[in-house]
Amino acid sequence: MSAREPALGSRIAARLSGGLVQFVLVVVGLFWLMPTVGLLLSSLRAPGDIAESGWWTVFTAPAQLTWENYQGVLEDGAITGSLLSTVAITVPATVLVIVIGSLAGYAFAWLEFPGRDWWFVLVVALLAVPVQVALVPVSELFGWVGLFETTAGVVLFHVAFGLPFAVFLMRNFFAQIPKELMEAARLDGAGEVRLFTRVVLPLGGPAIASLGIFQFLWVWNDMLVALVFADSDSPPVTVALQQQVRQFGNNIDILAPGAFLSMIIPLAVFFAFQRQFVSGLMSGAVK
Amino acid sequence: MADGTKTGPAAAPPAPARRRRRWTPVLFLLPALVLLGALVVYPIGYSVVRSVLDKAGESFVGVDNYVTLFTDDSIRTALANNLIWVALAPTVATALGLVFAVLTERVRWGTAFKLVVFMPMAISMLASGIIFRLVYEQDPDRGVANAAWVAVHDTFNESSAFPKAHPGPKSPLEKSEGGSFTTREPARAGEPVLLPLVGVAPDKMPEDAAPAAEAKADPGKVTGTAWQDFTRGGGGTPSVVDPEELGYPGIRVEAVKDGKVVAETRAGPDGTFALPAEADGAQLRFPADNFREPYNGVDWLGPSLVTLSVISAYVWMWAGFAMVLIAAGLAGVPRELMEAARIDGANEWQVFRRITVPMLAPVLGVVLVTLMINVLKIFDLIVVIAPGSSRDDANVLAVQLYDSAFGDRDLGVASAIAVLLFLLVMPVMVTNVRRLRKEARR
Repeated sequence: MSAREPALGSRIAARLSGGLVQFVLVVVGLFWLMPTVGLLLSSLRAPGDIAESGWWTVFTAPAQLTWENYQGVLEDGAITGSLLSTVAITVPATVLVIVIGSLAGYAFAWLEFPGRDWWFVLVVALLAVPVQVALVPVSELFGWVGLFETTAGVVLFHVAFGLPFAVFLMRNFFAQIPKELMEAARLDGAGEVRLFTRVVLPLGGPAIASLGIFQFLWVWNDMLVALVFADSDSPPVTVALQQQVRQFGNNIDILAPGAFLSMIIPLAVFFAFQRQFVSGLMSGAVK
Repeated sequence: MADGTKTGPAAAPPAPARRRRRWTPVLFLLPALVLLGALVVYPIGYSVVRSVLDKAGESFVGVDNYVTLFTDDSIRTALANNLIWVALAPTVATALGLVFAVLTERVRWGTAFKLVVFMPMAISMLASGIIFRLVYEQDPDRGVANAAWVAVHDTFNESSAFPKAHPGPKSPLEKSEGGSFTTREPARAGEPVLLPLVGVAPDKMPEDAAPAAEAKADPGKVTGTAWQDFTRGGGGTPSVVDPEELGYPGIRVEAVKDGKVVAETRAGPDGTFALPAEADGAQLRFPADNFREPYNGVDWLGPSLVTLSVISAYVWMWAGFAMVLIAAGLAGVPRELMEAARIDGANEWQVFRRITVPMLAPVLGVVLVTLMINVLKIFDLIVVIAPGSSRDDANVLAVQLYDSAFGDRDLGVASAIAVLLFLLVMPVMVTNVRRLRKEARR
């Protein structure tokens, strides 16, 4: 038996199985895309067409596609208004968690105080606490201090539940700053505040980006917290759409474009900052 | 832990500065600790206390609320469903993630594939819920799951070709047992019969239907025509084969004598059929399976399947998470090890089973545990996907807590559920703390 034969045979086998792998992945990829494509195409069909046939008929009769539903949703204003509410909740909740989380992360990394590591571990342990645990107590608490059904209340809740991860991420990142750099700055007479704003924060860019993206997506996509704590007169988009779901069958012309509008910004953020998103995931960023 | 400020005389600041420095950590930590204390830690204590008080919060009821968790029907459904969720969703998502991670390593466009599978993570549970509510619509003309299912089903099971077809007025046919139609008079060999039917929608007519023709007389056979006795736009004569009328291709015809089927056949594209001589003197019958309503697919969101359907939506969202973490772990597995095994004659499956999976075990563990915790909190997906009629069958603890607290206003039971959820994530918290302390000591 010559030595070449098995090599050739296995090369052919490898080529064949390579083709099979490609095929399987293409099929799975299409399968994974299909539900989203279905929503997109449904959002682009007139209500009459939606009621009568499936979105896949678009491929044989592309003339069905229309902006009608989007026009309807934009003119009605309820969904666009709720998108603004979502922004009004998401932006402060993201900025605040970055600021407060960085402050605490810096303290845990570079300041000395009794029980420092113990406190840090305690804060990070809270990462696993389900938000559900806090719904009842916090709505009572917010009722007492007048934060129930206010944007501020929703923001504070999101900041609190974002903090364990924020502190964890920022502390670990700041701890990697070279000691010499910090000492040099301290010798130059920089106070802790100055050190924090001039040295530590500017170096924290990548961690801040990861944290910002996660918090942004969590808050933007949240429905439960908003359902309990948000002002029911100006709910964020998730809650506004959820109220429409009860009439699902004959409401797709509102739900599909509404859902798609609510997805555009998180998807854009996701695609723009994939790398930071993945590095955040690696550091354990899942609630 | 890096902090070397205490070395050397320069690090000993004058007294007032030192006092200021002692307060600095407090100032840096205060906002975080206040928020965490009030909105995360206090609620845990509150839930524990509140869970042993009654609905109104006035009297002590001991473990009554916890007993309710295991006796109330809807909460027991929730518990059972939580078990299914925890057992199924993380495992399936992780298994798929593992397979995808291994396969994408072998293609050049692996990154594109990963992006597609990973993308649903950026979408809200609400939007995913709407997406899958649409996928699982019952009507096969609207929900893609049933459209595909019905298509597969119809390939393997002959579907009826003529739903809703029935005899018109003055027809020689009459309704008989079980939805079949039978001629009033027996048929004779050599005398072609006309068997007119109406009622099949024009777009539902089989593709191969040809213009109907009158059957030729054949002395040794019973012949006839089965056709749609209706000319669109008018002009046809009832019970006459008019030029624009179509035959019923493939319709089954039976010859029945004294209740027994003595012969049977199928009509050709033009609706003509011929039965052997035994059929002479028999009544002709169209059996009911010619006219059965079309198969309507699976009730994905009905009581028995709703939980599995929602889990599939969850897997769609989170398999990407598993895939990305596992792919990162895979990058750390030494290639030489796999190559060595291949050279030793191991096939791909053996390499996967004996090297890849064991090397990835720690990552797989982290992914599984993370997803298990995540699954306990699922709320939006269930609320959005389960229709009102099967909402109770899709119940889980996280949903029940919301219903108990804000629907029934029973804060005692709601708090007991909160405590139970907290206890379920407790082991993970303890593990995290241990790991962190070990890392901190290093």
